[in-house]
Amino acid sequence: MNNHSDILIAGGGVVGCALARELSRYACSVTVLEQAWDVAEGASKANSGIVHAGYDAAPGTLKARLNVEGARLYPALCAELGVPYAQCGALVIGFSKEDEVTLQELLDRGLANGVSGMKMLSRAEALSLEPNLNPAVTCALLVPTSGIVSPYELTFALADDATLNGVSFRFGETVQAVRPQADGSFLVETGRGVWSSDTFVNCAGASSAVLHNQLSDLSLRIIHRRGQYYLLDHPAHPPFQRTIFQCPSRMGKGVLVSPTVHGNVLLGPSAEDIADPEDTATTQSGLDSVMEKVRLTWPQVSLRTNITNFSGVRAHEEGGDFIIGPVSGCPNAYEAVGIESPGLSSAPAIARELAGRIVQDRNLSRKEQVLPFRKPAIPFREMDPDAQQAAIRDNPQYGNIICRCEVITEAEIVAAIHRPVPATSVDAVKRRTRAGMGRCQGGFCSPRVASILSRETGISLLEITKNGGNSYLLTGTLTEDADRRDRT
Amino acid sequence: MNRERVDILIIGAGPAGLAAAIAAREDGISSLLVLEREAQPGGILRQCIHNGFGLHRFQEELTGPEYAQRDIDRARELDIPIECGVTVLSVSADRVVTCVSPTHGLRQIEAGAVILAMGCRERPRGALCTPGTRCAGIYSAGTAQRFVNLEGFMPGKRVVILGSGDIGLIMARRMTLQGAKVLACVEIMPYSSGLNRNIVQCLQDYDIPLYLSHTVTDIQGRERLERVIVSEVDARRRPIPGTEMAFDCDTLLLSVGLIPENELSESAGVQLSPTTSGAVVSDSFETSVPGVFACGNVLHVHDLVDHVSDESFQAGHAAAAFVRGEPRAERWFRVEDGEGIRGCVPQKIQLCPSASVTLMFRPADVFRNASVVISCSERELVRRKAMIFTPGEMASYSLKPECFQGLSETDPIVVRIEKGVD
Repeated sequence: MNNHSDILIAGGGVVGCALARELSRYACSVTVLEQAWDVAEGASKANSGIVHAGYDAAPGTLKARLNVEGARLYPALCAELGVPYAQCGALVIGFSKEDEVTLQELLDRGLANGVSGMKMLSRAEALSLEPNLNPAVTCALLVPTSGIVSPYELTFALADDATLNGVSFRFGETVQAVRPQADGSFLVETGRGVWSSDTFVNCAGASSAVLHNQLSDLSLRIIHRRGQYYLLDHPAHPPFQRTIFQCPSRMGKGVLVSPTVHGNVLLGPSAEDIADPEDTATTQSGLDSVMEKVRLTWPQVSLRTNITNFSGVRAHEEGGDFIIGPVSGCPNAYEAVGIESPGLSSAPAIARELAGRIVQDRNLSRKEQVLPFRKPAIPFREMDPDAQQAAIRDNPQYGNIICRCEVITEAEIVAAIHRPVPATSVDAVKRRTRAGMGRCQGGFCSPRVASILSRETGISLLEITKNGGNSYLLTGTLTEDADRRDRT
Repeated sequence: MNRERVDILIIGAGPAGLAAAIAAREDGISSLLVLEREAQPGGILRQCIHNGFGLHRFQEELTGPEYAQRDIDRARELDIPIECGVTVLSVSADRVVTCVSPTHGLRQIEAGAVILAMGCRERPRGALCTPGTRCAGIYSAGTAQRFVNLEGFMPGKRVVILGSGDIGLIMARRMTLQGAKVLACVEIMPYSSGLNRNIVQCLQDYDIPLYLSHTVTDIQGRERLERVIVSEVDARRRPIPGTEMAFDCDTLLLSVGLIPENELSESAGVQLSPTTSGAVVSDSFETSVPGVFACGNVLHVHDLVDHVSDESFQAGHAAAAFVRGEPRAERWFRVEDGEGIRGCVPQKIQLCPSASVTLMFRPADVFRNASVVISCSERELVRRKAMIFTPGEMASYSLKPECFQGLSETDPIVVRIEKGVD
């Protein structure tokens, strides 16, 4: 059979891609099956982008251990991959005696989990660090090791590196059924074809419990918890230097206000349990609930500079902890299930843990040669003038600004279209380059990006999509439509 | 890096930049340069292929490209250099312009005066915080216009238009003429923000319903747009539950306002008005930064290009006077928005203007049988009655130089609307 891979990974989110990259260092064939048309299309692209320090989870849980381990891996990993990351620190703020008790618990948990540098702050100390905080704040927990990252850019870099080292990514492949065979191998049906593999790894995020239940008698259930966000334009003077959390609740870490690595301001998420894991719509009530809570942190918030709203769906497993490792009762199958917050923070550690186990069980040998990752070029807007001049001399496309709001050049868009995991849609270009992420939301640049995509890929403009599948941008040419009208 | 020098540098070769350049050249400025980021001059007029342009200025009905071509031809006659494909990255307070192009790389140009003429952009969906999915098929009206008129593609077949700005109205007709079905035009305010002639010629003539006091409250469709939900809103613009209407459509065009594009102005430290989102200027269209002028839609959003041209000629003349070192005013009257008025331009007037000064502003609401009153302290300078004032139509009144004689500079000149009896 042609569709064979030593290892099949279901899911091209941050965990699947980090795992694929780990396994790409070993002598085995690895294929990632992703139901969407790009990597990072599920919760990995629509989350808070926080690398949590690790004070939230109860000591002894996988969440606690892998969060702290993952957060420690982040600075070097992001530097190696050229992914924007900043250890901006965080404040968890309280407004009452009760909250102060909660913050003390977080501090104790953090210490037990191995988080360093945390400190309780008085009202005055908190306000002097972050003057835009609600003056009604009474206490705060300072967490200097909390960080921010661009979660989708991390996933792209992981997937690119994996691809360079032999991993194959297949898009539009929804794993519908995984059938363990008598010889210990697997047949995997995707609706578009059948794959076989010796090892199967379930990193399917929202669908991970469904796949788990096909492989194991020990049933799991995922609750789909949607989080809605506001993203504000990058202000000249950021209102907060750090990520500001409120005290956590049963539904999660609560609503945060945070700078992003690109200087925007992120507000959210809401938390609501929904039936359909693919329902990433925003709702008025969800957005209103975010604003209500944001005003508690930041009374002066204004939506005048809102750029966009989005939502992501977290995969909350009823047991509350990550489920990571071999699938109970199914040899050669592995899984990462219930990867909700702090899933992004933990992803590098989850991947190492899973890969280590698979390498050991399958007795995989390390490849002699690993191709070094070529970091994406520094964005034009971040170059100094001499570097900008040199870049244009080498490649005149650097002199053609396509996205005015974010100052993105044609050269950067062309590069994104030719990355190892290529950008094949307008949104895929946007997430890789930021073209269209600014205040005009692609009003000016999206037709230009579509034209460049068409030119570089040889695909007709009519076939170019916003985000893969049937998300086509255009419905016909002028003459066609006029002809049709003439006929009727 | 190369440092070049010109007397007047104009950013943007749309109608504003072209008019400013022509005026400056006609005043004898030999060293000037127009920078344009697109491949051709003409600005947004290039995609406005409908007619109705130039009625005031040329007493003719021209299409957008025809209107632009007249200025382009005049600029050529005057040998005005227009460099296309050049994007300005920043302007400093001392008028050093940094720009970039594929052919000339990164350059810095010192200018005796800078005229900001970058135009405006459309408000996107994010500015409305409209909930729903983020599917394909949602365009600003101008983006759709570009696809249709410049690139020859149809963005959709069944269309709802949110907002009744002029571009949205024009696109309702354009899409209809190209065989698309325009189901509705939905406006959150109780009045249209577009010109009345466009309501008649673009909606009524094609039986396209206009829903005033309505807005889109949900956007549905996973990949491509499938449906929008439209609800009536109350007097505070909040949706009224139970009034939802569903429209099955594959396209939603947004025509929900224009915002002057002032990132470069901000880089120069130009003071902006929160009301117009454009620069605060004097009657010579000089911003808070000496030698930096602004005109056209980057200053405030106009309804008619004819007025953009008028204003920009004045800005060009003023910039020429600045580089010639003509004496400059040092004392000013403040101009303030009074009751019923939004965003009067200019915001300050020199004490002894040598020519008439035109005040331009928008009514903040619809007023019937009302009067515009321009006054300073107790003295009325202008009182004009009209059947109707609406936010969709900019009003302008000219004040002759003699109006200003004897006024005290400590009192602001206030523009207000005096309500009539209905």
